[in-house]
Amino acid sequence: MSTISLDARIPEGPIADKWDNHKFAVKLVNPSNRRKFKVIVVGSGLGGASAAATLGELGYEVELITFHDSPRRAHSIAAQGGINGAKNYRNDGDSVYRLFYDTVKGGDYRAREANVYRLAQVSVNIIDQCVAQGVPFAREYGGLLDNRSFGGAQVSRTFYARGQTGQQLLLGAYQALARQVHLGNVTLHNRTEMLDLVLKDGKAVGIVGRDLINGEVRSFSGHAVVLATGGYGNVFYLSTNAKQSNASAIWRAHRRGAALANPCYTQIHPTCIPASDDFQSKLTLMSESLRNDGRIWVPKDPSDTRPASQIPDADRDYYLERRYPAFGNLVPRDVASRASKKEVDEGRGVGPLKNGVYLDFGASIDRLGRHAIEERYGNLFQMYDRITGEDPYQMPMRIYPAVHYTMGGLWVDYNLMSNVPGLYVLGEANFSDHGANRLGASALMQGLADGYFVLPATIGDYLAPQLGSEPIATDDPVFSEAEAEVDDRVRALLSVNGSRTVDWFHRELGKTLWDNCGMARSKESLEQALTDIPTLRDEFHKDVRVNGDGESLNQSLEKAGRVADFLEFGELMVRDALHREESCGGHFRVEHQTEEGEALRDDEDFSYVGAWEYTGDLANPTLHKEPLDFESVKLAQRSYK
Amino acid sequence: MKVTLKLWRQDGPDAKGAFASYDVDDVSPDMSFLELIDVLNERLITDGDEPVAFDHDCREGICGSCSMMINGRAHGPELGTATCQLHMRKFEDGAHITVEPWRARAFPIIKDLCVDRSAFDRIVEAGGYITAPTGTAPDANLILVPKEVADAAMDAAACIGCGACVAACPNGAAQLFTAAKLQHLNLLPQGQPERWSRTVAMVDEMEQWFGSCTNHGECEAACPKEISIDFIALLNRDYIRAQFKQRRLAGQK
Repeated sequence: MSTISLDARIPEGPIADKWDNHKFAVKLVNPSNRRKFKVIVVGSGLGGASAAATLGELGYEVELITFHDSPRRAHSIAAQGGINGAKNYRNDGDSVYRLFYDTVKGGDYRAREANVYRLAQVSVNIIDQCVAQGVPFAREYGGLLDNRSFGGAQVSRTFYARGQTGQQLLLGAYQALARQVHLGNVTLHNRTEMLDLVLKDGKAVGIVGRDLINGEVRSFSGHAVVLATGGYGNVFYLSTNAKQSNASAIWRAHRRGAALANPCYTQIHPTCIPASDDFQSKLTLMSESLRNDGRIWVPKDPSDTRPASQIPDADRDYYLERRYPAFGNLVPRDVASRASKKEVDEGRGVGPLKNGVYLDFGASIDRLGRHAIEERYGNLFQMYDRITGEDPYQMPMRIYPAVHYTMGGLWVDYNLMSNVPGLYVLGEANFSDHGANRLGASALMQGLADGYFVLPATIGDYLAPQLGSEPIATDDPVFSEAEAEVDDRVRALLSVNGSRTVDWFHRELGKTLWDNCGMARSKESLEQALTDIPTLRDEFHKDVRVNGDGESLNQSLEKAGRVADFLEFGELMVRDALHREESCGGHFRVEHQTEEGEALRDDEDFSYVGAWEYTGDLANPTLHKEPLDFESVKLAQRSYK
Repeated sequence: MKVTLKLWRQDGPDAKGAFASYDVDDVSPDMSFLELIDVLNERLITDGDEPVAFDHDCREGICGSCSMMINGRAHGPELGTATCQLHMRKFEDGAHITVEPWRARAFPIIKDLCVDRSAFDRIVEAGGYITAPTGTAPDANLILVPKEVADAAMDAAACIGCGACVAACPNGAAQLFTAAKLQHLNLLPQGQPERWSRTVAMVDEMEQWFGSCTNHGECEAACPKEISIDFIALLNRDYIRAQFKQRRLAGQK
C-alpha cells in the first residue's frame, strides 16, 4: 500500500479572505456540462440531503443512497436545540470572527483554523437559506427571528424551532431534495446500504450497495463519491444515536485507503436521561438548550434522601456555577460532563440507581411562568415524562452524560476531499471543523455548511478535468471484485451459526469502550481495551448467530455487518487514545490534567491531526500527522471560569 | 411483569402471514415497547428462529420509523405517543397485547411488521417544498413572519411522517399527513408564491394512493404529535380556492 500524503490545500492569504479567494481559484463546470457528471451521495441527513439537493439544482446528476425507507429518517432529524449563525441579531457582540474564535477555543485548539473560519462565514448564509425554504424558526412578536444561548458562548446566536430544530432543518433539506427527485436530477435509492467503496487507479469511482429488501448486491458508479453517513457513537452501543447509525461506510472507505483522523475525539453530552437497566437500547438526549433555564445541582450531603423539591438552596451544590462563575451552567459539553461524572463517582449521585444529577427548572418556572418554559421546551419535557414517568414541571430532571457526537472521522482537505481522490466526506462523518470538542448548535451548522455551500463550490475542481469521461462501467473488474467480496462477507456472517446474538457482542464492545475509553482514559484502561477488543472480535466471527437468509429483509444480518465493522473501528479508536498523551476536549487522559482536574494539553508535542492509515494489520496502523498551525488564534488553557 | 403478545408474522409481501403467540416474562415497567420486542427477539434468535422484523430507529418519537398497531390502536393506548415512547408501565401485569403492522392498502407489507410507506414521499415530491435554490435567499430577517403564523406552521411541521393517521383511518386516507405537510408551507409568507399549485399537486398525488376523507377524526386521535384536523379544514379550503386562483393567475377572470 502506498504511503498516504496529507495535503490540506489550505489557501494562502489572510484567514478572512481564504474562502472567497478559493472559490475564485477552483475550476468550474459550465452549467450545460454539469449534467454529464454523476455524483453518488451516501447518506441523507443534513449533509447528504443538502448536498444532493444543491448538486441537483446546479444541474449535476445525483444518485442518493440511504438505508432508510425515506431520507427524512436520518438521525439529523432528532437534533434538538438549535443552529448557530453569526448574525448578531441580538446586538450582543457576535460576529463571524467571534463564532470562529469560540469554535476553535471550544475545540480545545485542535481544529484546522481555516476550515473553522469558513464555517463561521457561511453560517449566516445557512440561516438565510433555511428561512427561504420555510423552516419555521421561532419568532419574536415583531416577526423577526428569535435566538437563544448555548454552551461555550457568551452571546445569543442560536436559532431554533422549539426543541426540534434538527427535524425542521432536515425537513427543509429533504424538501429541496424532493423537488430534485421530482425533476429527475436526483435518483433516490432507499433501503439500500453501502457496503464498500470502489476504487480504480487509486480514485473513488463508486460504491457497492446491498438492497435490504431482497438482499441483492449491486454497484453504483459515478465520477465522484460523497459520504455523509454520520458519526460512530454507536461503537459504544449505548449512545444518543439512533439504533441504525453506524460507521460502516467510513470504515469500509478507510480500509480502501481513506485516512481516519482523530477517532479518539468522542463527545459525551452532559444532559441525557440516565440508564435504567440492562435492556436499555439507547440513551435519550435532553437538549443542551435546557441548560439556558435549568440549573445543575446535587445535594451537598450524599445521604440526603429528601425529595429534590424539599431540599433548600443552602443544602444544594450548584457545582457548575460554583466552579465556573463566568459560564456557569453553560460551560462546554466536555467540561460539564466531567464535572457531573466527578459528582457521581464521588457518591453524590441522585435517582434510584444514584447515577444522575439534577437539572432543575424550578427557579425558571417561578420566574418566567410555566407557559414560557412550555413554549421553549414543551416537546422535551413531554419526552422526559414518557420515558421516566416523572413530570419535570414538578420535580427536577435527572440527567447524566452519554456518548453523543464524534469529532473524529475521515480526514479531508480544505475541499472536503479525503486523501482518496474523488471521495468527499461531509458532516459528522468527516473530522474537520470541531477539533477535540464540538460546541452545541454547531453540528447542524456544519452539516449544512458542507452540503449547501462548501461541496457544491469545491467539487467542480475535481470534476472539471474529467469532462468527456464516462463513469466506469459497473461490470468492470473493480466492481465485480468488490461485489464478490461483499457477497463473501455476507455469506460468512450467515454461516457462523454460533450461540450469541449480534446485540450481545455489541453490548460487550460498548461496555469495554465506555469503561476503558470513555470520559476518563488511562494507559492501563486503554491497554485493557486493546486486549478485550481483539478477543471479542475473534469470538464474534466464531460464535455469532444470525438466523434467516440474505435474500429477504434480515435486520440481524444488517446489524451483524455493522457490529463487525465496529469491532475493528473500536480498536483504532483506542489506539488513537493511547498514542495521544495529553488531554484535550473530549479526550481526557487522567495522567494529563491540571490541579483543578481540567484537561491539560501538550501543544508542543500534540498540536496535530492524527490521521491513521489502514495497513491490513489492525494492531499496526500507520500514523500520519498533519501539523496544526494557528495564525489567527492564540493558544491558551481553556478557561470558562 | 409478564405479557403475552399476539404478533403478526409474515415472511414477505406475497406470503399469507398469521398471528404468532409469544409469552414474555421478566418485563420491567420501565422498558419501552420496542425494548420488549428487542428482548423477545434475543430469545427468538437464541432459539434458532427468525426475529420479528420491525421498523425503528431513533427510539425517541421523532424519526417516524416505528409503526405498530397495538391492541388495534396506532402506536398503542397513549395519546401523543409513538410506539417507541410507549413504556410497559402503561400495561397491566399479565396483559394480552395484539401487535400488527400499519393496515392500509397504500402501505403494502414488506415483512412482519414492516410496511412500505414510500407513497408519503411521492406526495412531498409532488409539491411539498418551497422552490428556493441554494444561494438565492435574502437576509433571513427580511422575511417577517408573525409569531402566531410561525407557531401554527411549526405545529403543522411537527409531523413525523409515521403513517399512524392512515393506519387509524377507516378509509385509509392520508389527509392529515398531506394537510400537515401542505399547511406548514402554505401558512408561511415564503410559501405564498406556490401556494395554489402546491395544494393541487399534493392533493392530486395523495388521491392516487389513498382513500378519501369523510371526517372521522381517527387520525388526530392516533397522531403521536397530536396534529390537529384543523389543518385538513385548511387543506380543503385551499384546494377549493386553488381552483379559482389558478385561473386568475393565468390571466383568465
